[in-house]
Amino acid sequence: MPTAPEHRSSRSTESLEEPDNPTLTSADKLKMVPKSRVGSQEKVVADRVFRGLVILCALAVMTIVGLIAFELVSQSRISITKFGFKFLAKQIWDPVAEDFGALPFIYGTIVSSLVALCIAVPLAVGTALFLTELCPKQLRGILSLLVELLSAIPSVIYGLWGIFVLSPFLRIYVQPFLAKYFGWTGLFSGPKYGWGMLAAGVILAIMILPIIAAITREVITAVPRVQREAALALGATKWEMLRIAVLRNARPGIFGAVILGLGRALGETMAVTMVIGNRPEIARSLFAPGHTLASVIANEFTEAVGSVYLSALVEMALILFVLTLIVNALAGLLVWSITRGMPARAIA
Amino acid sequence: MLNSSQNISLYRRLTNGVAIGLISLGALIVTVPLFLILGTVVYRGMGGLNWAFFTQIPKPIGEIGGGMANAIIGSVMLLGLASLVGVPLGVGAGIFLAEYGRNKWGNIVRFTCDVLNGVPSIVIGLTAYALVVVVQKHFSLLAGAVALGIMMIPTISRTTEEVLLLVPQSIREAALGLGIPRWRTILSVVLRTASSGIVTSIMLAFARIAGETAPLIFTTLGNSYWNINLNQPTAALPLQIYTYALMPYDQAHQQAWTGALVLISMIMLTVILFRFIASRGAIKGNN
Amino acid sequence: MEAGIHVKDLNAWFGAKQALFNIGMEIPAKKATAIIGPSGCGKSTFVRCLNRMHETLPDTRVEGTVAIGDLDVYGKGVSPVWIRRRVGMVFQKPNPFPTMTIYDNVAAGLKLNGFSNRRELDNVVERSLKHAALWDEVKDDLKKKSGASLSGGQQQRLCIARALAVEPEVLLMDEPASALDPISTAKVEDLIFELKKEYTVVIVTHNMQQAARVADFTAFFLMGYMVELDKTEKMFTKPSDKRTEDYITGRFG
Repeated sequence: MPTAPEHRSSRSTESLEEPDNPTLTSADKLKMVPKSRVGSQEKVVADRVFRGLVILCALAVMTIVGLIAFELVSQSRISITKFGFKFLAKQIWDPVAEDFGALPFIYGTIVSSLVALCIAVPLAVGTALFLTELCPKQLRGILSLLVELLSAIPSVIYGLWGIFVLSPFLRIYVQPFLAKYFGWTGLFSGPKYGWGMLAAGVILAIMILPIIAAITREVITAVPRVQREAALALGATKWEMLRIAVLRNARPGIFGAVILGLGRALGETMAVTMVIGNRPEIARSLFAPGHTLASVIANEFTEAVGSVYLSALVEMALILFVLTLIVNALAGLLVWSITRGMPARAIA
Repeated sequence: MLNSSQNISLYRRLTNGVAIGLISLGALIVTVPLFLILGTVVYRGMGGLNWAFFTQIPKPIGEIGGGMANAIIGSVMLLGLASLVGVPLGVGAGIFLAEYGRNKWGNIVRFTCDVLNGVPSIVIGLTAYALVVVVQKHFSLLAGAVALGIMMIPTISRTTEEVLLLVPQSIREAALGLGIPRWRTILSVVLRTASSGIVTSIMLAFARIAGETAPLIFTTLGNSYWNINLNQPTAALPLQIYTYALMPYDQAHQQAWTGALVLISMIMLTVILFRFIASRGAIKGNN
Repeated sequence: MEAGIHVKDLNAWFGAKQALFNIGMEIPAKKATAIIGPSGCGKSTFVRCLNRMHETLPDTRVEGTVAIGDLDVYGKGVSPVWIRRRVGMVFQKPNPFPTMTIYDNVAAGLKLNGFSNRRELDNVVERSLKHAALWDEVKDDLKKKSGASLSGGQQQRLCIARALAVEPEVLLMDEPASALDPISTAKVEDLIFELKKEYTVVIVTHNMQQAARVADFTAFFLMGYMVELDKTEKMFTKPSDKRTEDYITGRFG
């Protein structure tokens, strides 16, 4: 879109006889205007002040993130010096004896998130494919709104629903079924409470589904149309076209979307703590209760006494912070590689 | 080799049909939880909707009646205060990224915003605890507002940047060419053109933090009584829902559902409004 | 089988806008026919109607008859997927599959049709690449390089090889050389000379010199109508219609 002819006509002819030079920034052009046009010195000062204010805002953001990291590290110092790296491998959680280990929580965080991914990814990718390739135009707006509304539901309401609707449902209908036919895997054994790791996984799946679907939609749309046509012109059926031209090309981006969903799942607190049972145990069965890094902080921080206890909890937060940092950075890279820095509205 | 008179094989047709069918089914399944959850909230929450709910504070446990008026007011105050933190910083950072940040520094700030976006809300709550509660030596509304305000920043700055970038360069240059200083150009010309986009981003950020509970657990703490003092623990709607959900009393559960209904209505309305405005392309100056 | 293309009363729409008006023509078998005309005249749309690609765009419609040999392309119950295997297409911008190797690109169509025998695939891949005059340049890198790592001209020849691998009767080429440099263009044109011995080639081009070089017959399209179809030599020296003459002499377009 040529802008050059456009602004040549709107610019006053007296100032700036310079031909359109794209390397000149607006600030440069402003400097070239004779002082009398710009006005008094104050305006240049005002420009500086404004710029300063705006830079201050940007700096504030960076300071905040810095503060987060700083506080996490400094407040967990006591725990780090006392337990060292073994903290990550220990299973003990004893506030009385002041002996703590993060393993059950790391385990719970990862397992609940993985369960969520197993459920959410096929559904999310399917939804994204449906919305971009198969959906009749009239339905598209409504359906994508519905998916987006899922992400608007607060975590605590998911938790509420999880306690009173999902858990009984799992207990009565799903868990017996799973135990009967898939019990041999060892994943579905033990008492059927309804709540527990499985419930947490299901709730998390519903919660992360919208973000995975939204990003997948973006990366699928970014696959050029000519690729689809190349496959069709060879005599591919619709599904074959989707398989070899769309999904294959979008694979890194979809992977990124999945990792982004993982990042969300890792940090989820309320819904998880309301249904997971809050017991720091490591069990093979998904029916068993568990605990996550986020949920233990939410549960025990206000009651924690003693600097070691508090520090251990903060160290949990630090582990969580680092974990989500790595995961989100990885996701960002993968998504960027497909969309080449297209602003991802869905993330906001 | 290839038999010219052969149509496409049954296997391929079957695979195609099954795949398309599964994909469509999956997309439909996805809408089910939404209706289930919203339906349950409405169904179970409606029973507790009465005047008392909006005007009274919680009654002591065991007594019938009472409401969440203090929590609703508390949430409103929290959101208002949080906006004071989040909106200026978010819009400011967004302006920086769009107008001054098309370079290496901008990339660093952008990356930092993304990092902030990915920080779990409970970690932000913990930071607010360390920065405000510990310093003040008590829980407070202020601490919660700080936490929520921080959470608003990435959403607002991202969208502000995007929306500002959509304003064509020619508008900026026209203003500068007329002698309008840069700061005025950005504020009066560019920002105004993009204003509806920014407003909707603020609404979206609002909707996102209105339901946040985790950051409030150890900042605002909650309160069974009225409180409008910034420096005291205050009730908030999501917190109240959480507390009631965990109590072993049916009445508490009823209150929790009703609270959920009120909360979700506010949020859904905001989101649908945002979608409606955005879809009408209300960003002026968009080619 | 003589796969000449018989087109009768072909009309096509984009939504409510009609793009092709009652096109009727006979495209002779095993010859190269060029379609020329100014931008927007419907040449690409026409060609995309021949392999039922036009209908893959949303809100489009086609009416009329297209028969290839004794096959009615738009007949009742005829699967467009099958038609597209029988009628190959090469696009303006080379579009090899970037995530697949050269070998896999060429074999893609075959694998879809259920071919898994290694030996057979190897043979077809080699034959197709030789047909597309690309074999010598890539024979050592078949499974090592991705389809997108080749130069523009090579990519296009890869796309031609890919199209040829499924043994179509007709090869449609939509401005195949317009995105290529002159040397690659020349190679592609040489290729067409060879290809037309075995396939019915229809080539859309905005370059009249190209049409004059490679095509036996040329059709001139204007605003959705087919104005004239004739032997290339006659078309360019003594066209029957004034509009054709205006176009060829450069008075418009």
